[in-house]
Amino acid sequence: MIIQRARGRFPGGVVMPHRKRLSTHGKIESLPLPAQLILPLSQHLGAPAKSLVEPGQQVCKGELIAMPQGQISAAIHAPTSGVIHNIEPRPVPQPSGQNAMSIVLDADGHDRWRPRNPDPHPLEQPASRMVERLRRAGVAGLGGAVFPTHAKLARSVETLIINGAECEPYIACDEMLILERAAEIIWGAMLLRHTLGARRCIIAVEDHRAETRKALHQALLDSGLDECIDLRLVPSRYPEGGERQLIQVLTGWEVPAQGLPQDIGLLCLNVGTAAAAWRAIRYDEPLFSRVVTVTGPGIRRPGNFQVLLGTPIKELVAACGGYTPQATRLVMGGPMMGLALPHDDHPVVKACNCVLVLSRSDVETMFPEMPCIRCMACVDCCPAGLLPQQLFWHIQADKLQRARMLAVEDCIECGCCAQVCPSHIPLVDYYRYAKSALAQRDEAGRRADAARHRFEQRSARVNRAEQARTARLQRRDALLSTPSSGDRKAEIAAAVARVRAQRKPVTDEKQ
Amino acid sequence: MLAIVLITGLALLMGLGLGLAAERLRSSGDPVADAIEKLLPQTQCAQCGYPGCRPYAQAIAAGDADINQCPPGGTAAIRALADLLGREPKSLNPANGAASGPRLARIDESACIGCTLCIQACPVDAILGAGKRMHTVIAGECTGCELCLPPCPVDCIELIPATSEAWAYPVPGR
Amino acid sequence: MSAPTRKFSTAGSPQLPPTTSVTEVMLEVLLALVPGIGAYVFFFGPAILVQMALAIAAALIFEVIALRLRGRDIGRFVLDFSAVLTAVLYVLCLPPLMPWWGAIVGMFFAIIVAKHLYGGLGHNVFNPAMVAYVVMIIAFPRQATDWTPPTALAHPALSFSAQWIRIFTGNLPVGLQWDAVSQATALDTIKTLSGKLYTLEEIRRNPVFSGLSAYGWYWIAAAYLLGGVWLAGRRIIPWQIPAAMLGSTLLITTPFNWMDPSIHPSPLFHIFSGGMMLGAFFIATDPVTGASTPRGRVVFAFGVAVLTLVIRRWGGYPDGVAFAVLLMNLSVPLIDRFTVPRVYGHRDPP
Repeated sequence: MIIQRARGRFPGGVVMPHRKRLSTHGKIESLPLPAQLILPLSQHLGAPAKSLVEPGQQVCKGELIAMPQGQISAAIHAPTSGVIHNIEPRPVPQPSGQNAMSIVLDADGHDRWRPRNPDPHPLEQPASRMVERLRRAGVAGLGGAVFPTHAKLARSVETLIINGAECEPYIACDEMLILERAAEIIWGAMLLRHTLGARRCIIAVEDHRAETRKALHQALLDSGLDECIDLRLVPSRYPEGGERQLIQVLTGWEVPAQGLPQDIGLLCLNVGTAAAAWRAIRYDEPLFSRVVTVTGPGIRRPGNFQVLLGTPIKELVAACGGYTPQATRLVMGGPMMGLALPHDDHPVVKACNCVLVLSRSDVETMFPEMPCIRCMACVDCCPAGLLPQQLFWHIQADKLQRARMLAVEDCIECGCCAQVCPSHIPLVDYYRYAKSALAQRDEAGRRADAARHRFEQRSARVNRAEQARTARLQRRDALLSTPSSGDRKAEIAAAVARVRAQRKPVTDEKQ
Repeated sequence: MLAIVLITGLALLMGLGLGLAAERLRSSGDPVADAIEKLLPQTQCAQCGYPGCRPYAQAIAAGDADINQCPPGGTAAIRALADLLGREPKSLNPANGAASGPRLARIDESACIGCTLCIQACPVDAILGAGKRMHTVIAGECTGCELCLPPCPVDCIELIPATSEAWAYPVPGR
Repeated sequence: MSAPTRKFSTAGSPQLPPTTSVTEVMLEVLLALVPGIGAYVFFFGPAILVQMALAIAAALIFEVIALRLRGRDIGRFVLDFSAVLTAVLYVLCLPPLMPWWGAIVGMFFAIIVAKHLYGGLGHNVFNPAMVAYVVMIIAFPRQATDWTPPTALAHPALSFSAQWIRIFTGNLPVGLQWDAVSQATALDTIKTLSGKLYTLEEIRRNPVFSGLSAYGWYWIAAAYLLGGVWLAGRRIIPWQIPAAMLGSTLLITTPFNWMDPSIHPSPLFHIFSGGMMLGAFFIATDPVTGASTPRGRVVFAFGVAVLTLVIRRWGGYPDGVAFAVLLMNLSVPLIDRFTVPRVYGHRDPP
């Protein structure tokens, strides 16, 4: 094992105060069992899962209650034993604010497990079995993107990167996981590396806290895996933990535009995903809970918790002592990329790494929104090398094709540009709008092309029919205009005979 | 004196060059009309006064038609055309109809008599059916052009708003 | 028993307020000008402060008028201090004893014409202070170039009340003629006397010259340098622009000076005289009218330096920073088009 400081760097970025100590004073705590759990069928990227249960059905803890649909989909399991209340639309945390189909489970309080088959030697299993078991365990990326992990393992790669660089302020769930369960992360990394057939495995952590480095170092030494896994320290500069930026810092390479890290022989997985994969394979525990940081100036007693998926956020907050009087905004995720929620009756989903409650002074500012003064602060801090200022001007003028030419679709929505903008322009809102408007216009363009194609086909068919009819009429006219000859009389007699022959069977039937 | 001669000579030379280029380097097809047609919504509804999107595109390219005649394209198409042709966008010509959201035709099956008149009228073959058989509109192919409404002898076709499936981020407003 | 649901307001991410604001940026730039203004007052007396007060008042009044005519929110735009900054930069380019209407006319062209007729804050194409300066220089060349010597060199020196009277009424104390009171700047002297084919050594014997450039002026330039370096350190202005502008000046003037020092002044003289230092840190760094790509701003600064030096050497005016800046403002769209940077993951720039 080599502990090294990564030598690469990415352009731009913003140095942000960590604010993680607010919640990391204790250990990861567990919560009392909630009365009702709400499990949306779509907690991951890809197709929603298909429900396997009926209302009134009894389920055990860890039982499969929804199966993945297609290759890019994830399974859902019952986080505790109980009775299925219903499968109905419920509010789920998503930008549209719309409800989504969810399985509602009433807990019975017994927390009874289904039978489990732990595997004491998981590294001896073939890779294909591993992928299937991860698929059945519903493991998805716990870093925020929630991509179904088994689908990521389809291609083999050279190097596996385990991402422990939690760069957003306030979020500390990965840090706590490293401090308390480094062994699970390391064994999970070995498992995933074995599945992928990767030659190298790197775990990346930020350098601002020595305890995390020491915890991983110690775990590597204790497990004897220090020769197999490299530990790399990366500078704490937001958005260090973004997959593309992390790859650039660790290897100096860039993921091709519209491509994947697998295209350059790399794969990036979160530390939480690695630990979940280990628990799934080694102990047959599917993914139904995760570590969530509950923090912010609006929470009375911030902390990190092992939370069952489906726990309503309001119960999570109540377990932390409730809101402080300053609580003004509820965010799922971090302050830079998180989603502001309109109320706290949403369930904790696989993507929920943090519940952040901000105060009025955090979200409001006395300075109003001004026109863009073209100061280029946004250009200097964009980690993707874009020109946020130009993108903003073009999107404002509804020149979305020009914005596309300036690569707005490569924006990672990290929020660095909006953070440094002196004019207080909500830049990321513009890029999100542009991306979805471009997708809509592309779709409209595809439909228009299809319609034009059908129109052209129809016009061609109608023309052909017209021409065939004209030709037939011309032939008939030509025939009629020539004087009768003996051959013609024979033709007429043959035609009359044909008609009589056709008519005859009908009259026969009538009799 | 010399200056006048030189400038006139230069102007004549350039005029000759331009004339030759217009003849010899003329492109085949009509690339301007092609580019314009790509921006039109392809409903083939004839609300612009031309019998289809291609004739309208050709008319714009020839300078016979203005860019604001297409109700299904709406302001988005007008802006795109203005951008392409380097003109000022203008508001939609109200004489051709109002810009409405995406719409679909729907046949009331209880009233359909199977006459195939609507099938013959549809410019994109989006109606399924045959003589004395039930007719129905294929929603995925219907462009909402309304050409099937007049021919129907029992008036059993109506236009309903087409719901778009994906939610999109709203325009960041002031 | 489940807890009651609580509602919250929502907004797009990021959920933290930005680290700075337009007002703060403008105020820091004004703060960085304080050493320069202090040095100016030290060497030339407090008349410049009178001009500044006139210009600031005029600028704010014109801004309010323009905003009201355009139906815009007045408080937001007046309190961003951009008009104040324009006024201060304009005044620092013109003689301290300019008539009082010079500030008013200048601010009319700066605020109403150059800024609001083009769309207001963030939309103007040309640097408003430079537009105003150029209007004055071309339309009122005598009043805009009537410089006075530093108080230490002035014989006779005008008292503050005499300066005040001169500004507001145009009168001088009884018996004094303007020729006795005024003195050309160093660059102006060079331009006039070079035209009469004096060499630089001969020109430099003139008492207006001293030290690095002109008496008092190089101290003022050094004070601008101090303020500018602080601004660059605080990331209010990008360091690339002054570095490119001053670096290009050094790069271009050094070989000329080496070839023929009797005609071409030394590089340090160029940097410390005229508007070069003020231009490098405070005028070429104007965000609204400058380039908007990282390489573009270096090209912009290089262009300003080259054009300034060309005008200084071969042009009709003694100093060319204002014209150079305006000409480069014109080229900004072209520069932006050809200097788009490469995006992560792409092989070529868009």
